[in-house]
Amino acid sequence: MAEPALSIRGLTKVYGNGFHALKGIDLDVPEGDFFALLGPNGAGKSTTLGVVCSLVQKTAGKVSIYGIDIDRDFARAKYHLGVVPQEFNFSQFEKVEDIILAQAGYYGMPLREAKPRCNQLLKDLGLWDKRNGPARMLSGGMKRRLMIARALIHGPRLLILDEPTAGVDIELRRSMWEYMRRINREEGTTIILTTHYLEEAESLCRNIAIINNGEIVKNTSVRSLLTELDTETFVLDLAEPIEQAPMLEGFEVGQVESAQLTLSVRKGQRLNDAFMQLSEQGVNVVSMRNRANRLEELFVSMVEGDNARVREAAKAEVQS
Amino acid sequence: MNPRQILVSLWTLVVKEVRRFTRIWPQTLLPPSITMTMYFIIFGNLIGSRIGEMDGISYMAYIVPGLIMMAVITNSYSNVASSFFSNKFQRSVEEMMVSPMPNWVILAGFVLGGMARGLGVGLIVTGVSFFFTEMTIHHPLVTLGVVTMTAALFAIGGFINALLANKFDDISIVPIFVLTPLTYLGGVFYSINMLPEFWQGVSMANPILYMVNAFRYGILGVSDIPVGGALLAIAAFIVVFFVMALWMLKRGKGIRS
Repeated sequence: MAEPALSIRGLTKVYGNGFHALKGIDLDVPEGDFFALLGPNGAGKSTTLGVVCSLVQKTAGKVSIYGIDIDRDFARAKYHLGVVPQEFNFSQFEKVEDIILAQAGYYGMPLREAKPRCNQLLKDLGLWDKRNGPARMLSGGMKRRLMIARALIHGPRLLILDEPTAGVDIELRRSMWEYMRRINREEGTTIILTTHYLEEAESLCRNIAIINNGEIVKNTSVRSLLTELDTETFVLDLAEPIEQAPMLEGFEVGQVESAQLTLSVRKGQRLNDAFMQLSEQGVNVVSMRNRANRLEELFVSMVEGDNARVREAAKAEVQS
Repeated sequence: MNPRQILVSLWTLVVKEVRRFTRIWPQTLLPPSITMTMYFIIFGNLIGSRIGEMDGISYMAYIVPGLIMMAVITNSYSNVASSFFSNKFQRSVEEMMVSPMPNWVILAGFVLGGMARGLGVGLIVTGVSFFFTEMTIHHPLVTLGVVTMTAALFAIGGFINALLANKFDDISIVPIFVLTPLTYLGGVFYSINMLPEFWQGVSMANPILYMVNAFRYGILGVSDIPVGGALLAIAAFIVVFFVMALWMLKRGKGIRS
């Protein structure tokens, strides 16, 4: 069996102030995967990725990148790794091209090898016209793309993207998705993504892990995770306003506005039944959409459930 | 990393550092040249002409080695301190940390960059001094050895300062409150033989005195202290500071959480 791109065992991080950011997490990311690591702010996502990238020192546990234990040969492991951090971390005064070429140099790539690859990345990521300007002149989205180009310059097999599309407009976000899909599909680059846009995770990723309070609360495929969704809520736009939400047998209906309803559908129920009843009551629906992203509903319920568990455990500890 | 890759990464870092201080030359190369010209005009020419000779040498010629050394020390130090701290501040230090570059290459790259600026400014000051006095180098190897080692030592010092610094103020404290007084009291403008015996003894505890005098010996052939001991002391300090900086880098002091 092929070595996973990333293997984490018992990873623990306790910060100097005593905060347990990671409580012995285990995680495997298969080679070639498009993997999402989700969690609320402060859950431990960035700490986990920080340990993998050597920006955070772990307290305990093992991390291997393509079978290379980072405690034994981190330098060799780092050749496989490309990192796009959450915050801009390049000199604002340097030229765009120089930032990418310097990164190639840090990996020991001679200029004659780095230059053509840099040019290609600049073109692919729409930065070619800006290559001779200082990085501070780039827009927010362009700065994110610069960090992607920089992370890819040495041809890593594992790319870590920590909220790569935060603050990026919709059009640019979609073009970045397309680019990430392409390098995952065509070049076989394993991608680990953290994001707050759950639509992004659902659209791009095959597998997913949810981290909360420093623990992995779920680690499965996106498809199987979605099958766990008990209820989906739809927003229905009506042809004409109505005074009161209609009563539908077996369904929960709410009224948002005079011409807008919410409809909750449990697993196993058929939408046809709801529409038939609406039609019988003279309510005509002109359009319909999910109230929230499906993954978002699951994510919220899981994180809330886990938070309640942690609160109960803390209460029990105090009482004992 | 194989030796070729290490050379590429070291070269990349050095070129980046040199490019940085040459890009902002009005802030890095011009001010020390103007300051030193003022020293030459005021202390060397105007006041110096009334002082006459020091240790049998014209006062202007006497202060030249000390002023060159002063420029080398402050520029080597502040280049690395400000550059590495800026990298920390802008988080671009992470570019190096995620790469496979060994810590000693990161340290050596910044130190060589600092030395390049220190020695570059030293050369400019030397060039300026030719407008005011004639100079013959008595011991070229000693001159070169002392100035290079001093630049290296203070560049490493600047690196340690930047690692420990949490804000920009922290990188100006050492140059203002430590380096400048020690340099002024290190025999740049006078021979310690002029001091009462007690203050001569106190001056011997100033490490910069040894560097200035060893450099003066290389250029003028006169010194207040034994030169061999000074060279050994500088070399020992370089080793100790380099190992200390490397240990701090390995521990992630100031750069890893």
